[in-house]
Amino acid sequence: MTPTQTKTAPLTQEHLPQLHRPRNPGMALDLDWVARVQANTSAIERRAATLPGRRTVKKEYQAAWLARAITLIDLTTLAGDDTPGRVRRLCAKARQPVRPDLLDALGLPPLTTGAVCVYHEMVGTAVEALAGTGIPVAAVSTGFPAGLSPYHLRVKEIEESVKAGAAEIDIVISRRHVLTGNWQALYDEMREFRAACGDAHVKAILATGELGTLKNVARASLVCMMAGADFIKTSTGKESVNATLPVSLTMIRAIRAYEAATGIKVGYKPAGGISKAKDALVYLSLMKEELGDDWLRPDLFRFGASSLLGDIERQLEHHVTGAYSTGWRHPMA
Amino acid sequence: MTTREIFETMEYGPAPESAAEALAWIATHGPAFGHFIDGTFTAPGETFATKNPATGAELAQITQGTAEDVDTAVAAATKAFPKWSKLSCHARAKHLYALARLLQKHARLFAVLETLDNGKPIREARDIDIPLAQRHFYHHAGLAQLRDSGLPAHAPIGVCGQIIPWNFPLLMLAWKIAPALAAGNTVVLKPAEYTSLTALLFAKICQEAGLPKGVVNIVTGDGRTGEAIVTHPGTAKIAFTGSTAVGRRIREQTAGMGKSLTLELGGKSPYIIFEDADIDSAIEGLVDAIWFNQGQVCCAGSRLLVQEGIAEDVHTRLKARMAKLRLGDPLDKCIDMGALVDPVQHDAIRAMVDANTEGDTHRAPVDMPQTGCFYPPTLITGLSPASPLMQDEIFGPVLVSTTFRTPSEAVEIANNTRYGLAATLWTENLNLALDIAPKLAAGVVWVNATNLFDAAAPFGGIRESGFGREGGWEGLAAYLKPTAKTRPIKPIAPVPAPTAAPEAPGLDRTAKLYIGGKQARPDGGYSTPIWSKRGALLGHVGIGNRKDIRNAVEAARGAGAWAKASGHNRAQVLYYIAENLSARAGEFATRLCDLTACTPALAKAEVDTAIDRLFSYGAWADKMDGRIANVPIRGVAMAMREPLGVIGALAPDDAPLLGAVSLIAPAIAMGNRVILVPSHAYPLAATDLYQVLDTSDVPGGVVNIVTGDPQDLGQTLAAHADVDALWSFSGGIDAAKLEKASAGNLKRTWINRTAPDWSGVEAEGRVFLDQATEVRTIWVPYGA
Repeated sequence: MTPTQTKTAPLTQEHLPQLHRPRNPGMALDLDWVARVQANTSAIERRAATLPGRRTVKKEYQAAWLARAITLIDLTTLAGDDTPGRVRRLCAKARQPVRPDLLDALGLPPLTTGAVCVYHEMVGTAVEALAGTGIPVAAVSTGFPAGLSPYHLRVKEIEESVKAGAAEIDIVISRRHVLTGNWQALYDEMREFRAACGDAHVKAILATGELGTLKNVARASLVCMMAGADFIKTSTGKESVNATLPVSLTMIRAIRAYEAATGIKVGYKPAGGISKAKDALVYLSLMKEELGDDWLRPDLFRFGASSLLGDIERQLEHHVTGAYSTGWRHPMA
Repeated sequence: MTTREIFETMEYGPAPESAAEALAWIATHGPAFGHFIDGTFTAPGETFATKNPATGAELAQITQGTAEDVDTAVAAATKAFPKWSKLSCHARAKHLYALARLLQKHARLFAVLETLDNGKPIREARDIDIPLAQRHFYHHAGLAQLRDSGLPAHAPIGVCGQIIPWNFPLLMLAWKIAPALAAGNTVVLKPAEYTSLTALLFAKICQEAGLPKGVVNIVTGDGRTGEAIVTHPGTAKIAFTGSTAVGRRIREQTAGMGKSLTLELGGKSPYIIFEDADIDSAIEGLVDAIWFNQGQVCCAGSRLLVQEGIAEDVHTRLKARMAKLRLGDPLDKCIDMGALVDPVQHDAIRAMVDANTEGDTHRAPVDMPQTGCFYPPTLITGLSPASPLMQDEIFGPVLVSTTFRTPSEAVEIANNTRYGLAATLWTENLNLALDIAPKLAAGVVWVNATNLFDAAAPFGGIRESGFGREGGWEGLAAYLKPTAKTRPIKPIAPVPAPTAAPEAPGLDRTAKLYIGGKQARPDGGYSTPIWSKRGALLGHVGIGNRKDIRNAVEAARGAGAWAKASGHNRAQVLYYIAENLSARAGEFATRLCDLTACTPALAKAEVDTAIDRLFSYGAWADKMDGRIANVPIRGVAMAMREPLGVIGALAPDDAPLLGAVSLIAPAIAMGNRVILVPSHAYPLAATDLYQVLDTSDVPGGVVNIVTGDPQDLGQTLAAHADVDALWSFSGGIDAAKLEKASAGNLKRTWINRTAPDWSGVEAEGRVFLDQATEVRTIWVPYGA
């Protein structure tokens, strides 16, 4: 790669999982398996607490890993005051998340974020703004964030977003099904949501901050995978506790168990609260350790984040120049 | 590799911690080091190289301590002792606090130096060893402050000789020095010859902290130096952590020297996974159990016991986890396992594993460094308890595995070992966990976790894993002695046969032995007459021999249910004994008068005190509570008081009834079973107890009484592998012989040369109860 080359994203479809591996077809609800699930909270917390001390990447490895992290970000805006202009700015940032001179200095190819994630009303704007880039648009759906609007409207909302061009649908599950142990209802709901998605990929948001225990997180993860979720995702970003390492460990161990039983790889998306480059590196090493390198690609791993990119940009510039950077040296979204 | 390539491969790459500061410290203060004696560093003597096991490169030259060096160090410690031991608790606390602060200030230097010298991953030195060492000094600064209020009527022992291993060099130093100093002792410590550097850096901070000269002395060298410390007449206590073989030798060498002794030795600790466990977490726990510090951990969970139905699943997942382990440069912040401490260790592990022909050996498919002292994470499945590798400590990154069917079989397999240091169990069922944990033969039990340590929680083993506890109040007590008044035990000879013809005897009363709740004729078929001082024949007693002891131990072992009886229940039995003794008080008093020719008033007083004493221990039976150690986790660490098992007790002569009761009562109150050898001079006072015991609901085998020569019988008890402790207040005993014989199974011994006045309050209570119990620490982290 020469420094003079223009940086535009290649027109590939590498973000779209269906080109790489079979989607998760799901399986019959196996309640015995659900009942067997265990999650020892203190042991999971210990593993999560020591992992950052066990794995680290330095220098050019760190720069490369951070660049990788950018490609895994679902650049997100989910605010009541979103407008088409705001969403177009976000999409522009998704197309060119890092200053070209920094990528040149690092010898890296053009990058894009993993996806852009918006509410249904903004799907059309985002699809248009990202046309030709290969960057998928993800829509949060099913009465996000609480998931308590009329059921038929939630299903309908998925269909509308798919019709509007969303390639990925982030649904929210009914937390009450988990809290009351109604696994059949959770399974049926997830099944129907997935069917409504058609070819669009479905991410199941568990809202783990509202599930009470890690054991519930593990069981909900499993039931959603059995019902065909392509991704399982921690949070809406609106709960008081969002993605944490213990929750992540619990969910990705469920993914590992599901793969061991079915051969199907399900993706993982932690969302909310991941705002530092260092956090992103810890998550990547967690994925690498617990699931493997396949989960370091956008078809199996995403960060749901909005401010993470800014910190990564500053770290990359620090790597290039040796001096600590500042926010206004990097283009805003 | 270019950034772009890494972007594709997503490899970790090197993440080295700099060795520059540590190497500069060695260059500045060495590179040849002397000892640290009386507050100053001596000139290097004859030296040997200490190497970085990851590279084989020499780090420094260490002095081989001579007997003269040890003499000088012990002299310095002896000189420093009076003043140091008389410092106020607060003054000593400030010194320990200063050491803690300095350890914290130089944390990274200690960590890097440790990794260079030992080969352990920098993460472990940085995140585990050094913080735990700091915590130990902080906690013990507090124990120093509270010593007199928390443990009244105790005094420091004197000069402590301390010998520590190479696997946790600074941490083991902290475990030894902090409690010794907090209690008011002075020390001569020898680090392991492979890993002396952090001890020398610690010596440096002792200077920096203004610790009085001679309070801490560090003498370097190999086993010969250690032996000089152990056998030095000036060391009043020996504290050793290391192999069972060396521990046994120390027990033999110190036999009869009157030194206080604590030993923390090897282990083959079980790691039990029940079918309802969080299997992924249990497997992650195994990483911390057997691949922590390359498996060179005395309490490593090295024996995996998996419930049969989940064994295949566990092994499959475990192998996948093993493949993710990273071996390499210990200074790399991104590796899981570093180098073994020395090629000698590497060869020993290889020899053991290569000699194994059973089961299925799986070596983790991990990248191995081309040079240096590395051994791959290894799992050997399909072994049975009969396999040597299931019994012998490997002390390396090798996990052996077998299966079990039921909880009780898990306990049986877990306890099928000479060792008893630690145990781990995983289950999500609280009922199961709390039922199994106390049944495991181990000083430390971890539930749903492993290798948790803290300064507040007692740590130590049973069986051939040694005796004594380190950490918390119990650990502090091991560096103190009771100040209660005692006097030297004087032997009392049996009354010789009268020269004149004895009076015609009445109806013959020959006391047999009391074994398993029944009177038994002595195996040898010999009896000896017992004469009153006036020349009257009082009766005959059997001469017990080895086989009688064997039978008594068997009976005692068979009465294990006594340990599980409730404290309330044991109290009832003790009160009942008192009641029945009271009913026959006059008869016992007469017997005492006949035997010892004491006044009737004295005899009555002895019987009354014996009844009183039985009541005391009846009271204690349900009141010797353990405690919850205040450890920095969300969870509890329960320091429970457990019976030792089978105790052999040689009774004193000077109070033939009260002395016997003073030993039997605390032992059985705590759930032990006793084999009592009564006073050789006046055995009838004890044999008269048979009928009292018979009528008091004492289950057969709980109390066994074997008359005969205390030295002979004591010797058999000392050597018996199924006896857990030996007590003696017998006069004229060769303590050296008994203690030496006890080295076989490393039983706890309490061979006294002095004794309290048996009629006084010093002759009962806490001191006896401590001897009658073992502390088992059960860690139970929790979380919804």
